[in-house]
Amino acid sequence: MNDIAQSLTKIVGKAYFSDQPEEAYFYARDPGLMPPHKPDYVVVPKRVEEIQEIVRLANREKIPIVPMGAGLALTGLVIPLKGGIVIDMKRMNGIIEVNEGGRHVIVEGGTSQGLLKAYLEKNYPRLRHSIPDSPATATIAANVMIHGQGRLTQQYGFNSDMIAGLEVVLASGEICKIGSCAISPDWFSKGAPLPDLTGLFLGWFGATGIITKVAVKLYPRKKLRDVEIFITDREDLIPAMVYELTHTEMVEDINIFAQPKPMIFKDNHHITIFMTGDTDEEIEFKRKMIWNALDGFIKSKDGGFMGVPPVMKPTLLETPQRSVSRFADVKKGGGFEYSGPIIMIDKYPACARKIVELGEKYDLGYSGMARIIGRSHAMMYGFAFTFNRADPDMMDRTREALHEVSEFALEAGGVFWKATVDEQKMAMSKMDPNTLDLMKMIKENMDPNGIMNPGNWEVN
Amino acid sequence: MKYADIVHRCFRCGYCKFTSDYTDFNCPTYRKFRFETYSPGGRMWLISAWLNDEIKNSERFQEILFSCATCANCVEHCVFTFSEDLVNIFIAAREEMVNKGIIPPPVRDYLKNINVNGNPYKEPASDRGKWAEGTSVETYSDQEYLFYVGCVGSYDERAKKIAKAVGSLLLKVGLSLGILGNMETCDGNEVRALGEAGLFQFLAEQNIASFRDLDVKKIITLDPHAFNVFKNDYPGLGGEFEVYHYTQVLAPLIQSGKISLKECNAKVTYHDPCYLGRHNGEYNSPREVLKSVPGLELLEMERNRGNAFCCGGGGGNFFTDILGGGEDSPARIRVKEALDTGAEIIAVACPQCAKMLDDAVKSEELDDRLAVKDVAEIVTGCLL
Repeated sequence: MNDIAQSLTKIVGKAYFSDQPEEAYFYARDPGLMPPHKPDYVVVPKRVEEIQEIVRLANREKIPIVPMGAGLALTGLVIPLKGGIVIDMKRMNGIIEVNEGGRHVIVEGGTSQGLLKAYLEKNYPRLRHSIPDSPATATIAANVMIHGQGRLTQQYGFNSDMIAGLEVVLASGEICKIGSCAISPDWFSKGAPLPDLTGLFLGWFGATGIITKVAVKLYPRKKLRDVEIFITDREDLIPAMVYELTHTEMVEDINIFAQPKPMIFKDNHHITIFMTGDTDEEIEFKRKMIWNALDGFIKSKDGGFMGVPPVMKPTLLETPQRSVSRFADVKKGGGFEYSGPIIMIDKYPACARKIVELGEKYDLGYSGMARIIGRSHAMMYGFAFTFNRADPDMMDRTREALHEVSEFALEAGGVFWKATVDEQKMAMSKMDPNTLDLMKMIKENMDPNGIMNPGNWEVN
Repeated sequence: MKYADIVHRCFRCGYCKFTSDYTDFNCPTYRKFRFETYSPGGRMWLISAWLNDEIKNSERFQEILFSCATCANCVEHCVFTFSEDLVNIFIAAREEMVNKGIIPPPVRDYLKNINVNGNPYKEPASDRGKWAEGTSVETYSDQEYLFYVGCVGSYDERAKKIAKAVGSLLLKVGLSLGILGNMETCDGNEVRALGEAGLFQFLAEQNIASFRDLDVKKIITLDPHAFNVFKNDYPGLGGEFEVYHYTQVLAPLIQSGKISLKECNAKVTYHDPCYLGRHNGEYNSPREVLKSVPGLELLEMERNRGNAFCCGGGGGNFFTDILGGGEDSPARIRVKEALDTGAEIIAVACPQCAKMLDDAVKSEELDDRLAVKDVAEIVTGCLL
């Protein structure tokens, strides 16, 4: 065992250190299509002090470190592109404090979405967080760090907009608190009225620091939840329909999906509208407002509400939706990747046409899914393709389709979400030069030895 | 390898690691080791890599595969259509390793002992029925039921007491039953789970022939592991019998008043054995027996029924201990969960669980606060 292995063993304990081929194989890849690259070591720390020591060691020895949640971004963000140490954060999965009156929770950096959901349902049934549809093992810290979206994104923005404070281990190994918690015992704001420093870490994929604690805002959990589906074959009218829906301010979440199978779904766009209420009266009032909002489109015969079959409702109302993961096995091959640019809603028709074009061009199973961000401020449009891991040709075709999506999204004015390394390069090549210089300055100052998830957001 | 056409289909989404409501990680090996490689998804990806020659057999790979407790939490919670086959896939991979002779020494020793002695304890067959001494349990001749005790109930000191309690209680409620005694041999459930398909087939065929010779029609098992293999695997080899776990025959008889029970004020929590619960869907009978005891308060652990957390003894780990002990061992986590309910007794319906949890109670130094008792022992203690 070399010196670095010995030091890491001393820090995390023998049981939670590995330099074995099995971990090297697994942690070299994520479930997506990015090429693998093996780490030299994998560690599973329990305490923030251990992370500090690991970072200090990495800095001394100039070894790359890559923090990892559940590794479910699918875009290779936790693949150690230059080897080094992968830090699996999921042993740090405590729920530190729920402030019920102030509606926020502080969790450790590896706490899963599922664990928080279960904890709140059991102990604080009137509170909820903005849970994404990624699998329940996805971590809260990684999700906000990649600017994930969740059930409350239509109402409150990106999940990162709901941060109420961060604790971060910097590349120097120092702990830094971000937000109100920097000067107060209370974690109620990520920045305001101070300078908002969360931007030094969010969207950076661990290239500037490791989030070891995060506070996220909690929101009222209503007793009832229901869903309506409005169907239209007029993709060009979707932006106007969403505009009317968001104007009501009666909607919890809006997703739009379009897919070729089953046959009855083909060529239709399904605006899935979620609503909540404490009483039947409240739900019915909201339902009426939502129906009224789309009444003009019904009268012009451009769409209509479908009766959601009882068998379909639990699938739609489940959080997170397990059915999202099932898409990976449509081709009986366990593969699923999507490119999900953040883009203006007026681009919906172009996106919808593009995914059909690519699905047919590359002969791939596909699904288009949009999640509305804010009151029609933007959307995440997911160009999702399913592939068979045992079919290299299909995997290549999927890669090519995704590359075309990237080019299309950039051309259409979109911004890559959880960008692959290639997309990062594409984005930086188009970026305002002064912005790029600012990013370079931040990275060089925060990570002078280039040890933090190297390969990501490297400005040359 | 069997299932080679499925093994690449895992998306590694991780639902398999959880309970249905995400209360906690519920895969015993992942909960202990905390590397993704020790989760069901990790195993799937590594088996696929091994089959593709991307990784080699190693001690760690063996540990990863053979530490699986085959508890079927992954089967219960995986979201894909192949979920039913997850444990079968892990067993098939073990089978490949057994066939190639590349298995951990404790597994080799276990299999060897079964092959040579018919039990893993290296004890003589003549001692198999000794647990019954001092009871009214007789050798099987033409009784209605064969009471199959299994290796653990026959040889382990703690489990022998459970066998006595169960055997005596079944007689007390009026059942006609007998045991095979020194004619009994290993049921093969763990042999199958550890991947020795040939030895399993030999044991199963031997047992089936022996049961047939004795004209056995109905079997009651002490151990859910034997219950599982008799019910699910023997029919494929021609062994069609009516098979019951003892709680299944006990529950209706107690409820119909076959025995009189006194008031027993105790707070009890029930630990679902994986091979009775998740593998065979039997969650109610043991609970019905416990609820029949006047004054007994049944408290549920947070993880129960399909979400129950395994004691870590399944899949051969009871004998091989590849999953291992320590503070994060499943059994120690489980007894702390039991304590959180406020219960003073953990009720079990499996001699392997009993032993695992008993040891964990001692390791956690909870002896004065928590007792581990078989359902039959609890009922026996409350007989009028």
